Amino acid sequence: MYGRGLKPLSIASVAALVGAFALVFFYAPEDVDQGFIQKIFYLHVPLALVALGGFVTGGVYGVKHLRSGSREHDMKSYVAIHLSIILGVATLATGMIWAKASWGAWWVWDEPTLVAFLIVFLLYACYQPLRFAIEDPDRQMRYAAVFAVIAGAFVPICFMSVRFAQAALVHPRVLDQTGGGMPGSMFFTFLVALAGMTLLFVTLWKFELSSKSARMQLAALRRRLS
Amino acid sequence: MTRAVAALLRKDLQLELRTRESVPAMVLFSVSTFVLFRFALDRERLEGDLAAGVLWVTLLFASVLGINRLFVTEREQGGFDAFLLAPVDRTAMFVAKALLLFGFLSAVELVAVSVYSVLLLGPSPFQAFPGLPLVLALANAGVAVVGTLVGALAVQTRARDLIVPLLALPLLLPIVIAGAEATAPLLAEGGAEALPGRWLAILGLYDVVFGLIAYAVFDFLLED
Repeated sequence: MYGRGLKPLSIASVAALVGAFALVFFYAPEDVDQGFIQKIFYLHVPLALVALGGFVTGGVYGVKHLRSGSREHDMKSYVAIHLSIILGVATLATGMIWAKASWGAWWVWDEPTLVAFLIVFLLYACYQPLRFAIEDPDRQMRYAAVFAVIAGAFVPICFMSVRFAQAALVHPRVLDQTGGGMPGSMFFTFLVALAGMTLLFVTLWKFELSSKSARMQLAALRRRLS
Repeated sequence: MTRAVAALLRKDLQLELRTRESVPAMVLFSVSTFVLFRFALDRERLEGDLAAGVLWVTLLFASVLGINRLFVTEREQGGFDAFLLAPVDRTAMFVAKALLLFGFLSAVELVAVSVYSVLLLGPSPFQAFPGLPLVLALANAGVAVVGTLVGALAVQTRARDLIVPLLALPLLLPIVIAGAEATAPLLAEGGAEALPGRWLAILGLYDVVFGLIAYAVFDFLLED
């Protein structure tokens, strides 16, 4: 039931990602200060934004699950958070490579965006241990949804308090009012990369959902047979 | 609602007075941690940033101990079942437990801060009045709300004592950040500096946001 439209979606996300990387390497201008390494920006920032969006999506489906009690919403919340954790690892890795290349250190503590993302990531890393430490399936879904809601609200608070703690801002702010003073060609490339990453997330999410629901249907059929 | 909260609170306080399980353990833990810090940092007197950091880390870990114990008796002695059978609002349980944890933390801090100022603190603790109690009260409210939620989440899991610190430490980090930043100027060498207002605002915002969320979701943790 999640399989519908998977093929065009997969093709669209491959096309968008290939297009985005083509733009990154052949169209977007090279940064004057940082040179070639700045191109990791088109991977790192979409990864981070999509991961945070996925965490919030998990919280939204958590609320829906608590309101309806349906298994479907719990699965959507679970898969969204699960995928976002993987994207979070990729974000931290690409961010560290970029930091090493442009600031000269793998990790910089006076950087609110890095620190806040790390804290949020650490919190969500507890989602699976919590979920699988509960045996009763109904309670597992409910408790996981409660966690998803609490953690979803924690994301903005964490970013705010960490940002206040450090006055110095080295990390480029991409999403301020004007697009961070980027030239139009860079901003366009970034938008295409962001769209590609979002499509990739949705595709993977639907794949995982359809595989999970197929496995559950199979188990139900087996139970009926035996 | 008020009567239910009062009854639950009375029961928990009586239990604590008879068993003396949580508060003495938290106090002892804090004092041992101060001694540990004296040797780990190899400093006899602390002030400013370092004093605030040591104080907040110690209080955070002590509160994790309290959060761990908060719902254990309810689960083991069937308190949850009895409470669910009673015709009262389920939020009463949340309010009672959060108030209890707030009280425990305040009692622990009363002793721990006094011991801290004798053992480790360089400047006089009286220069930090009345800012320090204010910051501690705001932080306690946040720890009480989030700790009650985390305790209720973790008590039904197989690995309760693992889940509580794993969840509570990242969730309470904004409190440590704001608390340490707000107390550091109060404990400065050579007289307290002004209390930074924006950190109080952050603590207050944290309390309000998580208070509302806890009010919204706590009922689901008791449903059975």
